[in-house]
Amino acid sequence: MLLDYMPIFLMVAVAIGLCLFILTLGSLFRPHNPYPEKNRPYECGVDHVGEAAGGLFHVQYFVVAILFVVFDVEAMFLFPWAVVLQDIGFVGYLEMFVFIFLLLVGFAYAWIKGALEWVS
Amino acid sequence: MDQQAIIRSIIISTPEIIVIFGACVVLFAGLMRSKQLLNILTGLSLIFVALAAGATSGLAGPPLLAYGGTFVVDGLALFFKAIFFLATALTLLISRRYVVEENIAEGEYYALILFALAGMMIMASGRDLLVIYMGLELQALAFYVLVGYQRRDAKSTEAALKYVILGAVSSGIFLYGLSLVYGLAGTTDLMGIAASLSAEEQPGPALILAILFLITGLLFKLGAVPFHMWVPDVYEGAPTPITAYLSVASKAAAFAIVLRIFLESVIQVENIWIDAVIIIAVLTMAVGSFVALVQTNIKRMLAYSSIAHAGFALLGVVAGGQDGVSSVMLYLLIYTFMNVGMFAVIIMMRNGAVRGDEIDDYTGLATSHPVWALLTLIFLFSLAGIPPTAGFFAKFYILVALIDQGYVALAVIAVLMNAVAAYFYIRIVMVMYMKAPSRHFDLALTPMLRVSLIVAVTGTVAIGIVPGWFLDQAQNAAFGTQQASIIGLLR
Repeated sequence: MLLDYMPIFLMVAVAIGLCLFILTLGSLFRPHNPYPEKNRPYECGVDHVGEAAGGLFHVQYFVVAILFVVFDVEAMFLFPWAVVLQDIGFVGYLEMFVFIFLLLVGFAYAWIKGALEWVS
Repeated sequence: MDQQAIIRSIIISTPEIIVIFGACVVLFAGLMRSKQLLNILTGLSLIFVALAAGATSGLAGPPLLAYGGTFVVDGLALFFKAIFFLATALTLLISRRYVVEENIAEGEYYALILFALAGMMIMASGRDLLVIYMGLELQALAFYVLVGYQRRDAKSTEAALKYVILGAVSSGIFLYGLSLVYGLAGTTDLMGIAASLSAEEQPGPALILAILFLITGLLFKLGAVPFHMWVPDVYEGAPTPITAYLSVASKAAAFAIVLRIFLESVIQVENIWIDAVIIIAVLTMAVGSFVALVQTNIKRMLAYSSIAHAGFALLGVVAGGQDGVSSVMLYLLIYTFMNVGMFAVIIMMRNGAVRGDEIDDYTGLATSHPVWALLTLIFLFSLAGIPPTAGFFAKFYILVALIDQGYVALAVIAVLMNAVAAYFYIRIVMVMYMKAPSRHFDLALTPMLRVSLIVAVTGTVAIGIVPGWFLDQAQNAAFGTQQASIIGLLR
């Protein structure tokens, strides 16, 4: 019974072992000279000020992130649709446009409302 | 699906399509700059609700299945959609002045009300757990935003945050139960689940766990004890029209899926959940009634009252069968009239600096405004269940259904709890009629608010006068459900 899971345990062990091996190998060979600029967290190209956890983020990051998620999810639905497009026929082809239309309504609304303007 | 089946499905779901399209139109109409904007938005929303109601009535008749049997338009769905349309129309009417007072007059407000309506309609029509869940989420997402619509108000924001977190938890629990049911039955279709459950001889632990998760998720949405803690805060913090909408429409939608899932699908394993539901119903009535006694804020008091009402309606689910289902449906229709009426009264009191949601604000209303005080009296008597108002018959039919099924002790407890609950409704009546006014009343009466008050009071009185006809309607609807199940099983 438990032996049935042996391949999974083996795979986990090999994965961990491989990670450790590669990291160790890297640390042995790579040059090692850290300086403050290099240790700084990279924040989308904008210079960071103070602690990330205690600082204030511009609320527009949030709006952009939400819009990004919306279209990310759209793409998530578009890929499987594209794969089976030949099987689902013309009606299936049109149905996706209903979905895209509803998304576009939201997108156009966000645009008109000025969610895409970056006010600094 | 072939082309014809899809066109048929589109026709059967026309009301939902109209509402969603209407929500998009209202969203863009809200971008217009016009002095009449609010009237236009209210009018447009009402037109789309009326169109959807017309389309829905056109689908009356034998049950219709759409989208491969995952969506059904039967008596139960039609009856609940009627409640939703009524509640939405009344909410739109009572919002007109309130949104100006609270400075939240925006197009999104109306669009979100329509999206919530669409979600609830899908909930009532869903015959597949995934479709039901989708409707539930659409409705819940719209309500999260609506509850927090007064962005500058700390209470409203707090209410929204609590509602989002607890709503997400309950959705998660429901979804977990759903996935377990899918694992056991191999399908998310309610009829398929019923068929596979009836094949099982002895309920295993996984099935018990699945059913308990489903119950918990749904009872969260109903605000039944011990999952009621979000109700008072959310009801108090939300804009008053939204509280009204939440308390009647959202609750009715949750009952729609409770009736559909429990009485059509998992009735086969009744012995798992019936005891739990009985205990929860009694606890819900007790907590709702006793805690409401000490409230001084009328919105909070009505929140506890709605908890108590949910407990009472749950007894109808316990009774089950034809009578149980139809009594719950009638109860929810009556509750819609009387509760929206009572919230319309609260909105009437809200004017300028006066918030009007403390019970003391009503002191001596009867001396200066006898007509509006009388309306308030009717709503409160109906909520308390005093004949000849509709509220009495709502409770009466549930008790009859209970006694028919042999739950006499439960019926006695329900009556006792109701006697406790009567006290806090009648306290407001006492304050209105027996005390001298302490201030000058300036009521925020608009034509739209008058219309909604008159509709609500007409409904409350009319059902009280001819309860039999309305019960027949509910029974016809419930009977249609039974037929739908038979057809579903034959397919």
